Amino acid sequence: MCLAIPGKVEEISVENDLRIGRVNFGGVVKRVCLDYVPEIQVGDYAIVHVGFAISQVDEESARKTLEVFRQMGMLDEELADEAEQFARAAAVRPSHCPDGSCEPQ
Amino acid sequence: MKYLTEFRNGEIAQRIAHEIAQIATRPWKIMEVCGGQTHSIIKNGIDQMLPPGIEMIHGPGCPVCVTPLELIDKALAIAAQPGVIFCSFGDMLRVPGTQGDLFQVKGRGGDVRIVYSPLDAVELAQKNPDHQVVFFGVGFETTAPANAMSVHLAKRRGLKNFSLLVSHVLVPPAIEAILSSPGNQVQAFLLAGHVCSVMGFWEYPPIAEKFRIPLVVTGFEPLDLLEGIRRAVVQLEAGTYAVDNAYARVVNFEGNHPAQKLLGEVFEVTDRAWRGIGVIPKSGWRLNDSYRAFDAEDRFQITGIHTEESPLCRSGDVLRGAIKPAGCPAFGKECTPRHPLGATMVSSEGACAAYFNYGRFLSANELAEAGSAWTEAAHA
Repeated sequence: MCLAIPGKVEEISVENDLRIGRVNFGGVVKRVCLDYVPEIQVGDYAIVHVGFAISQVDEESARKTLEVFRQMGMLDEELADEAEQFARAAAVRPSHCPDGSCEPQ
Repeated sequence: MKYLTEFRNGEIAQRIAHEIAQIATRPWKIMEVCGGQTHSIIKNGIDQMLPPGIEMIHGPGCPVCVTPLELIDKALAIAAQPGVIFCSFGDMLRVPGTQGDLFQVKGRGGDVRIVYSPLDAVELAQKNPDHQVVFFGVGFETTAPANAMSVHLAKRRGLKNFSLLVSHVLVPPAIEAILSSPGNQVQAFLLAGHVCSVMGFWEYPPIAEKFRIPLVVTGFEPLDLLEGIRRAVVQLEAGTYAVDNAYARVVNFEGNHPAQKLLGEVFEVTDRAWRGIGVIPKSGWRLNDSYRAFDAEDRFQITGIHTEESPLCRSGDVLRGAIKPAGCPAFGKECTPRHPLGATMVSSEGACAAYFNYGRFLSANELAEAGSAWTEAAHA
C-alpha cells in the first residue's frame, strides 16, 4: 500500500493548474502529478506513489529498483488498471486452510 | 522461486547476513513498522537468513489492515447508495466488512470504481455533476499528500459533489504506543522508507532519545531490508540509540516540503482507532475546519453500525510481538485471508496473511525447535 515506484519523466505539461508528467515505469506509462517535486525535469527519475511523485532518484538506482520490483511481481500489482483489479478481485476464492476446517459453511 | 534463490545466494545478501551473524552476541527483537516490508521479509525469507535469536516482529503498518471495521461498514453503506460513485484503491475491494465487501456491493449494482490516483476521482466528480463521488482515503503519510491534493483541488474547483472518507494513520504515534505498552518486547525499529520520503525523519530523534531505542530508515527491497537490520543490530550491540538512514538514495532528513505544507493546510491531527490495537491518541489525520465540508462521514451521516471483533482473534498479540501468527489457535483454521477474523489477516501486507500466503504454518515453538536443530546440524 505504501510502495512507491521509480519511473522516468518523459513529458511535462500543465493541465488545470497541475503539473502533470507522463512517467514510464519500465514500459507502462501513467499520468503523474509533479506538483510535489517542482524541481524535476524531463529525463529525470521520480519515485511515484498513487499517481504522485514524492521524490527524485538517480537513474542507476531507479533501474535497479524497477528490476527488483518486477522480479518480485510488485510492478504488475501496483500498475494494474481498473479492469485487471476487478478481474483479480473476482478471482479471489475461499482459501484452503491446511486442515479444511476453514471451508465456507 | 528462481528470484528468491538468486537473491539469497547473491554475494551481497550473503555478506550482509554473514556480518549480522558475526556481530550479534545475543538475541534481539526488531520491528519493521511497514506492511510492505513485512510482505517483502516473508516473501524473500529474510527472517530465515538471520541468525537464531534475531527476531523480526511485524508491526501495524498496513493501512488496509488497521482501518477499523466500523469505517469499512460505513464505506459499504455509502457505496450502496443510489447516485453515489464510490472510488477506492484496488486493495480495499476484498476487505470484508460485517456484511460483504466493496466487490460484492458492486455486484449488487453499486457504482464502485478503482482508481490509480485520487485525482481520477476528482475528474469523475467533474464529469458527473449529478452524482456524489466519494474517495476512500486510507493510508499512512505516504498516501496522504495525494489525498490532500484531491480535496484541495475539489475545493479550488468548487466541486460540491466530491468528498473524502478519511482514515489516515501516522507512524510516530504508533511507535510510541508500542514502546509504551506494558510488556513491550521491541528493541529497535525499521522505519518505513516511503513514509520518510514524504515526512523526512525529523520527527524521530526525540522518540529515539526518549525510549533509548535505535531507529533505522529502511527501504523495501530485500537488500535494503537486510542492511536496515544490520544497522539496527550494530546499534543494539553498541548500546547506541540514534536515528540512522539506510535509505539515503530516496530519503533525506527534511522530507518533501511542498507535500508537508499542503498536508498542514488540509489535515489536522486526531485520535484514531487502529483495528487490532484500539484508539491511539493523536495517531491520525482528519480534514480540518476549512475542508470539513468535504468529509464523507459528515455528508452521509451513516448511523446504526454495530461491529464486533471475533473473540478468537489474537491480532493484538501478533502486532505487539507477543506471538507469531501461527501461534494463534485460529490461524489457518477459522481465520484465513478469505475469512479474516482480524486486522493482521485482512490484506496481504498483514503479518498473518503474509505467513498464510507463504506457507508459514509452524508455531513459534516449532520454529524455535527447527532453528536449534538447524544450528546443531550446522555446527556438527
